Amino acid sequence: MDSPGDIGVSRRGLLTSGAACAAASAFPASASSKEPIAPMETPPTLPVQLKVNGKPAELTVDTRTTLLDALREHLHLTGTKKGCDHGQCGACTVMVNGRRINSCLSLAVMHDGDNVTTIEGLGTPEDLHPMQAAFVKHDGYQCGYCTPGQICSAVAVLDEIKAGIPSHVAADVAASPAFSEMEIRERMSGNICRCGAYSNIVEAIREAAGRQA
Amino acid sequence: MKAFEYTRASSPADAAALAAKTPGAKFIAGGTNLLDLMKLEIETPAHLIDVNKLALDRIEETSDGGLRIGALVRNTDLAADKRVRRDYAVLTRAIVAGASGQLRNKATTAGNLLQRTRCPYFYDPNQPCNKRKPGSGCAAIGGFSRQLAVIGTSKACIATYPGDMAIAMRLLDATVETVKPDGSTRKIAIADFHRLPGDTPHIDNTLQTGELITAVTLPKPLGGKHFYHKVRDRASYAFALVSVAAVVQKDGTGRVAFGGMAHKPWRVEAAEAALPKGAAAAARIAFAGATPTHDNAFKLPLAERTLAAVLSEARG
Amino acid sequence: MKFDTPATTNPIDRLKVVGKPTDRIDGPLKTTGRAPYAYERHDVAPGAAYGYVLGAAIAKGRITGMDLSAAKAAPGVLAIVTAENAGKLTKGNFNTANLLGGPEIEHYHQAIALVVAETFEQARAASSLIRVDYARGKGRFDLEAEMASATLPKEGFGGPAESKVGNFEGAFASAPVQLDARYTTPDHSHAMMEPHASTAKWDGDQLLLWTSNQMINWGKGDVARTLGLPEDKVRLMSPFVGGGFGGKLFVRTDAILAALGAKAAGRPVKVSLQRPLIANNTTHRPATIQRIRIGTSKDGKITAIGHESWSGDLPGGGPETAVSQTRLLYAGENRLTAMRLAVLDLPEGNAMRAPGEAPGLMALEIAMDEMAEKLGMDPVEFRALNDTQVDPEAANRPFSQRQLIQCMRIGADKFGWAKRAKAPGAIREGRWLIGMGMAAAFRNNLNGKSGARVRLDGKGVVTVETDMTDIGTGTYTIIAQTAAEMMGVPLDTVVVRLGDSSFPASAGSGGQWGANSSTAGVYAACAMLRDKVTAALGFNSADVVFEDGKVRAGNRSVALADAAKGGELVAEDHMDYGDLAKKYQQSTFGAHFVEVAVDAATAEVRVRRMLAVCAAGRILNPKSARSQVIGAMTMGVGSALMEDLAVDKRFGFFVNHDLAGYEVPVHADIPHQDVIFLDETDPTTSPMKAKGVGELGLCGVGAAVANAIHNACGVRVRDYPVTLDKLLPGMPAFV
Repeated sequence: MDSPGDIGVSRRGLLTSGAACAAASAFPASASSKEPIAPMETPPTLPVQLKVNGKPAELTVDTRTTLLDALREHLHLTGTKKGCDHGQCGACTVMVNGRRINSCLSLAVMHDGDNVTTIEGLGTPEDLHPMQAAFVKHDGYQCGYCTPGQICSAVAVLDEIKAGIPSHVAADVAASPAFSEMEIRERMSGNICRCGAYSNIVEAIREAAGRQA
Repeated sequence: MKAFEYTRASSPADAAALAAKTPGAKFIAGGTNLLDLMKLEIETPAHLIDVNKLALDRIEETSDGGLRIGALVRNTDLAADKRVRRDYAVLTRAIVAGASGQLRNKATTAGNLLQRTRCPYFYDPNQPCNKRKPGSGCAAIGGFSRQLAVIGTSKACIATYPGDMAIAMRLLDATVETVKPDGSTRKIAIADFHRLPGDTPHIDNTLQTGELITAVTLPKPLGGKHFYHKVRDRASYAFALVSVAAVVQKDGTGRVAFGGMAHKPWRVEAAEAALPKGAAAAARIAFAGATPTHDNAFKLPLAERTLAAVLSEARG
Repeated sequence: MKFDTPATTNPIDRLKVVGKPTDRIDGPLKTTGRAPYAYERHDVAPGAAYGYVLGAAIAKGRITGMDLSAAKAAPGVLAIVTAENAGKLTKGNFNTANLLGGPEIEHYHQAIALVVAETFEQARAASSLIRVDYARGKGRFDLEAEMASATLPKEGFGGPAESKVGNFEGAFASAPVQLDARYTTPDHSHAMMEPHASTAKWDGDQLLLWTSNQMINWGKGDVARTLGLPEDKVRLMSPFVGGGFGGKLFVRTDAILAALGAKAAGRPVKVSLQRPLIANNTTHRPATIQRIRIGTSKDGKITAIGHESWSGDLPGGGPETAVSQTRLLYAGENRLTAMRLAVLDLPEGNAMRAPGEAPGLMALEIAMDEMAEKLGMDPVEFRALNDTQVDPEAANRPFSQRQLIQCMRIGADKFGWAKRAKAPGAIREGRWLIGMGMAAAFRNNLNGKSGARVRLDGKGVVTVETDMTDIGTGTYTIIAQTAAEMMGVPLDTVVVRLGDSSFPASAGSGGQWGANSSTAGVYAACAMLRDKVTAALGFNSADVVFEDGKVRAGNRSVALADAAKGGELVAEDHMDYGDLAKKYQQSTFGAHFVEVAVDAATAEVRVRRMLAVCAAGRILNPKSARSQVIGAMTMGVGSALMEDLAVDKRFGFFVNHDLAGYEVPVHADIPHQDVIFLDETDPTTSPMKAKGVGELGLCGVGAAVANAIHNACGVRVRDYPVTLDKLLPGMPAFV
């Protein structure tokens, strides 16, 4: 150890001493280096059958593979985006059995037999889903990376309002929710758009909702 | 993420038995917190037991006028249940104040109770954290602690319990039903379910190895006006700085529980007796002996003012 | 083409296509998930292996030992790249810290290894099997503590470190009304939605790199430099960029490690930075401490204005140029600006959307509000009184266009500013205290040399190729509009190809210079193509008109496509600039108006209404330009209310390093937003007569929000973000 500010190194990895503050002496073994655990010879894999955008898909995946990575890396359906991989952004939103979820926080093997709808299943560039068309018309996107998640969420949000699922902004949670901009903003809040297209996205959803109604 | 074996459980008792005899086993239901932590190797189960196919997804009325909520009832479904919205609005309000629509579609009743802290040092495997690695120290003490606990802390840990649903469950005096590896069942009062950190902050709750939550029951409705006021920096999709769950009766009596303040939902029954006297009186009792940091001392006046807003709304 | 005299009438002025609120031409691809981003190139790099980056666990010090054996033995692992085996790497011209650290560690989460494996799951798991021993060194992590050691930075992008006009100290001391206040802005993270990502493939000694990057030409140079390759052996492709905001101006570790990993593994490799790594591994907007002094006469004329700013960066880095707008925005005979730079061992500071002006105006425009309050003047009137039509440091140098007063007056009118209560805390709706605030917006216009190639085929299809990028800004569309206008064809006969270093070098996307510069480059190439067309068709080019897919002069009209019957016509040119930007101060102006509600109990702030009025030259596409502005306004709300990279001053890192910890605005934070563009053309900027707008939209927003909060509840917060914990101590009791 050269100075009190330095850190001693033990055979177990990083050890702090009086690092930068007095409290640091309470840290016997800072975790810079994890204890290596002998890796398994071959990681377990399992077969899984999905129905993706109406088409059956049979995969054999590492048990660790998320639904998101199964879609993007195995099925090459890259429309579903990985923005954070931790359920903090919503870019990976897809619908499973009709409900929107973050596909990054779900294992593919947990979805055996499930029906998955991704952005690719909603429409094509030549034949846009009404929600996709509304996003184009109202410029409800900029860089485009959160956009598939926003659109999948938006489609699901309209269904959730119809199904009477309450939200945080309801004055009376016992009452049936009504379509309003406040409701849309709250329900869409799990989809972050750093480009800041929110105001336009709400316009797009309002138009798509009008068309649906 | 460490490699793991994956098994789908066939019954709650089998799941518990399998979990007890399999080293490093964990249950997975919604997975919204567990997988998040597994990606960072904060959780490293060698075996995941998927309980999603167990038929624990119903909400039934109990003989004493309450509700029995299956462990696998998704947050969205629990919040949307007509009986919950009518009789336990504080629970619906708490659930819809949390996370996002996508996460609530996945997250389960039992899993939400087991949600782990969001302390940023817990989330960074390079940093000392007694909750993640017992004995390594607590980097949050003396570090960035704006979100962290102000009461019930210890020298080993100042983490908060991050959830919303459990705050309402605590207010409602819910009971957690479990099945143990030997097939026996037990009931745990929600007040006894979450722990304070003490010297063993790595233990969040009083579940035993292999013990599986099967349901959460609510006693008969309390009546009164129901509130869940969650305070945060952004308007949605954020953890609480402070939250106040309350049921207030016409005569001004009631119950109150706080989120964002401690390692567990914070309810002090003695403080509730002071509710008719106002927020300051109740908060004084509820937070007696608080040990805030420089970063989070604001939570004490904030909790009091939030409670005052709730009481004001209850009156009006 | 050289642009050295103000533009006169040209084909763009017809505005048949340019200036129309056209839907983005890339919209159908983006909204259906068919636009391929850098990590999604199964089409061109099939079978790519997966790279996973390991970041340093300490902020400063050295690696004393690295044991790769367990990781190497892990299932699926193909290669591990570290500084020890990577060969010689040279730091890029645009990088401050090395992109692959070790043994020296320069900042937390600096990349120290890339694990390449058959699958993503295998690479991620193996990365945690690398055992690293460190010797932690002493670091400097606290800007406040380092203020005294801060020094004068070198002159850089933001101008000189100091500027002085007249006698500031004397004039300030004798001013009848004075403000001397200190403001702070925290470190900000770009937090674009697409993580930094690259796919690398070696074709012999040629490197193909699909990467998410704003500046292809800079990137090509720095990839070549870092890897020691000739530039012609490096090809960058970045057709879609999932947000950048300055965070992708430079080559980052994903690109370098993908290239090294692909070489080591002998097959294509792709790398995406995991979200929890991004805040500390990449760049950020540095925190500032700012001191502002304003002295006025009793009737509000500024006689002295001083703005000093302290920021920090790694050794060799640069300052956050937070004082630059203060040299130009308001009149005043006695002036002072100064920047000081401290050495900090935090991650690398660098440009983020509107570098300099964004944090600078966050402070200056609160100061102006405070000064107006002291004077008992309306904030709009105080600013209008101190407007200047010339560079306040050089009276002979006029602004090319300056409609700041018009922006403020029109905005005040449309927003209902007259209803703002003069005294704070006067308007209450239930539990909500309501207030309005405003701020001036200012951002300099920059032009950059920009090239393009334009092709005309026998079917009349016009194809534009340039290495310009579209980072959400709408570049595809405005370039198509430019080419369509120039060649007289409908928009759908124009094909635009972007973001490929094999195309002519453009100005790239940054500093809000992209739109005007890149379309000016396309203008130049199209002008050359028009000459080739007229020659091919035998016209006298002086009076020829390109319109409706035809080329016409006098009574003669020929289909444009006929010009390419004998073979494709190709023209390549670039726009170069003379000294008009020196003769004229070219800037963009605006005014932001915000209404907020502050919860009287909890001090939570909710933005209820927002309006921006912008004067920024010709608006090439009002739809995508409006989106740029509302997006910037949204980021401004974030900087006002929540964005704050929390520094752990003991261990030297940003603690809240993911999207749950570093909060950016969500839908529920943002109300409907209004934008008004003033009718303006600026003939000094380019034949397009346009300027940038994407950063202007951010400039001043934070202060407008902070001023509205003050108007709502009477609490003045000078340390961003304006969170409830800072408001509560000043709030009246709530019972």
